[in-house]
Amino acid sequence: MGARDFIGSLFLKELFKGMAVTGRYMFARKITIQYPEEKTPQGNRFRGLHALRRYPNGEERCIACKLCEAVCPALAITIEAAERVDANGQTSRRTTRYDIDLTKCIFCGFCEEACPVDAIVQTRIFEYHGEARGDLYYTKQMLLAVGDKNEAQIAADRAQDAPYR
Amino acid sequence: MEATVLNLLASILGPLWAPLWALIKPIWPLIWTLAKIVLIMVPLLLSVAYLTFWERKIIGWMQVRIGPNRVGPWGLLQPIADGMKLFFKEVLFPTAADKKLFVLGPIMAIAPALALWAVIPFSPGWVLADVNAGVLYLLAISSVGVYGVIIAGWASNSKYPFFGAMRASAHMISYEISMGLALITVLMVSNSLNLTDIVMAQDTGRAAGMGLGFLSWNWLPLLPMFVVYLISGVAETNRAPFDVVEGESEIVAGHMVEYSGMAFAMFFLAEYANMILIAAMTSIFFLGGWLSPVGFIPDGFHWMAAKMAAILFFFLWIRATFPRYRYDQIMRLGWKVFVPLTLVWILVVGVWMMSPLTIWN
Repeated sequence: MGARDFIGSLFLKELFKGMAVTGRYMFARKITIQYPEEKTPQGNRFRGLHALRRYPNGEERCIACKLCEAVCPALAITIEAAERVDANGQTSRRTTRYDIDLTKCIFCGFCEEACPVDAIVQTRIFEYHGEARGDLYYTKQMLLAVGDKNEAQIAADRAQDAPYR
Repeated sequence: MEATVLNLLASILGPLWAPLWALIKPIWPLIWTLAKIVLIMVPLLLSVAYLTFWERKIIGWMQVRIGPNRVGPWGLLQPIADGMKLFFKEVLFPTAADKKLFVLGPIMAIAPALALWAVIPFSPGWVLADVNAGVLYLLAISSVGVYGVIIAGWASNSKYPFFGAMRASAHMISYEISMGLALITVLMVSNSLNLTDIVMAQDTGRAAGMGLGFLSWNWLPLLPMFVVYLISGVAETNRAPFDVVEGESEIVAGHMVEYSGMAFAMFFLAEYANMILIAAMTSIFFLGGWLSPVGFIPDGFHWMAAKMAAILFFFLWIRATFPRYRYDQIMRLGWKVFVPLTLVWILVVGVWMMSPLTIWN
């Protein structure tokens, strides 16, 4: 420790420097986003609540290939399938059960990546809640309802992202 | 003031006053003292509540945040909400804890923090007990505060509280020494142990005669001791950067880990009451208490409050600025820097007072 350092530490030089910094920041513009009133911008790739999509003729996109179930790292997806006659009049393989346990889901987006028909997607919705534990167990009907309600936004986001896929 | 209150009561109650006075005359001193205690305690506890709010705001601002602003206008009801929450929470007793000592811990922490206010003068004559040995009382009772921490840590019968208690016993006692030694210089120059006299002694001297009172306060001639006292004061109240006793990131919250609800709130109250007390003591010993800094503005309690607020702001400022000291560094600063420095400075001030250059006579 040289003489300069000794004098500096005796007169608390560095402490005053530090306090000058915090003192300046006290008057700086605050960066807090006051959440319910103000919101941060969202990207079109935002991975929020899941949805199951339909084709324009009303038929579900999902073909029960179970790739999402296989890829899901949290084992949150459960699918059961059976054959039935679809909206095109053809016999095809369709889901009878498509459940996502959102308490298990880690929102990684692999299900959406894996899906060959863009059936399971993640929407921009992140403000949802359940009042009981079971409320966050989303069944096929609930997921389809989310898709039906937000199809315009979902389609727009996919269209915007299409050039990069 | 006592006579004024009695006259006021007599004029309000009219003919009822005489029989009532006959009834309460024997216990009047008790009533009067209790009234004064309430008069000190209620504003004190309110300022403790709002000090927590102020702290959160200031630290928030320094971290480029807004701070609490949801409960009530500008978040002003936040401390009330916090208090209600703590009040309605259950006080848990750990199975292995010693119940009696576990209860005694928070009481021992808060009692000295409140009892010390008895000798603090807020303005000429505005003091609960104008004790001649006020400084001794302050030093004696503030030393008792460490027992609250030690008892709480020991009674919890759990490892982190125990570490907290061990740290507290070494740390708080170390800094009490440098604090006491720094105060000795103040006692030397003011030639009294009475807090009111210490303040009045700062109103004499050449600068005070010229109407520049703030130059004759103790902080300037005793500047090194002022700095030592202020830093020891921060250490004494276990505030950042000397908060190793709590050390959230190392030992969770030290002696407070096992406490919940109001028992925890007691420690919290004690910490902030101690902060305000250190601020009051600093302004009395070094910043001229209720004296006005310049001659043409009258003295009064507003100056005492302003000085306390400035020191409290300083405490919050350094909390927002500095990281926690390492434990051995704290010990080094206390024993190898502050204690020798204060001992030497006592000698320096002694020689100065005896020399012809003395400014105290």
